[in-house]
Amino acid sequence: MAEILGAFFRDYQSINSYVPIFIFTLVAFGFAGVTLVVALLVRPHRPDPAKLSPYECGIPPLMEAHERFSIRFYLLGILFLLFDVEAVFLFPWAVRYDYLGLFGFIEMMLFIAILLVGYFYAWRKEALEWA
Amino acid sequence: MELAFFYLFAAGIVGASLLMVTRANVIHAALLLVLAFLFMAGLFVLAGAEFLAGVQILIYAGGIMVLYLFSIMLMNVGVAVRLRQWHRQSVLALAAAVLLGAEVWAVLGRGGYPGAKAWGWGLGQTPGNVEALGEVLYTKFLFPFEVASILLLAAMIGAIVLAKREITR
Repeated sequence: MAEILGAFFRDYQSINSYVPIFIFTLVAFGFAGVTLVVALLVRPHRPDPAKLSPYECGIPPLMEAHERFSIRFYLLGILFLLFDVEAVFLFPWAVRYDYLGLFGFIEMMLFIAILLVGYFYAWRKEALEWA
Repeated sequence: MELAFFYLFAAGIVGASLLMVTRANVIHAALLLVLAFLFMAGLFVLAGAEFLAGVQILIYAGGIMVLYLFSIMLMNVGVAVRLRQWHRQSVLALAAAVLLGAEVWAVLGRGGYPGAKAWGWGLGQTPGNVEALGEVLYTKFLFPFEVASILLLAAMIGAIVLAKREITR
């Protein structure tokens, strides 16, 4: 088992370029974690009902903050996801643009043009409007 | 060294997934799923599948999670699900997990996934995954690529038609 996995990852050169990303992630999570933990250790902890209420010196809350989301978010979410997928297709094209040349350019323009039809349809149908 | 990172990410996935399925609050579970996705992206990077790692973060941790969180908030499951965490599917789920684990173990024990050897290059020697994909996708697989845009267009129009009818009604 271990040998298979070892062979799996052996001699992979470009993985080294991911080391800064890994360190960056560690620092980011570490910063948040250390801040929270240190704050937890140093701060005084004397709660009372007024302090624990959402608005200590405001009007009392009328209902729960957890409310059902409007169905309109569904449309925005779906459209975001679809354009997200479209954007993913742009990355391999962009890194090999020099290799693909004009052919690849026209191809990608066609791809984007087809999706622009959907975009204008969404616009026309006022799917991007809130009201 | 890579093996150490593999175990780190694998432990992260297992830990985040365990936390995810045991949370009473579904929103927390969804956010822990994001964490599991991020660890999975790390695993993909280790395997040389950089593009997959990017897709994992962009599409899964970004796009799909928006829909997950949206459906959680739309259904307002907050209260309902919190009441009853353990339902009677646990035996079935355990059996399925053991079966799947045995299957994976059997395949790995026989010397890896057979399909992996069918690729032009061996694992671990991939010449920049994204570049290779760019070369193949936009030349050899030109037609499926353009069909994908039609598929996206169909999904877009379908979503608008369905949701707009829902809203205006």
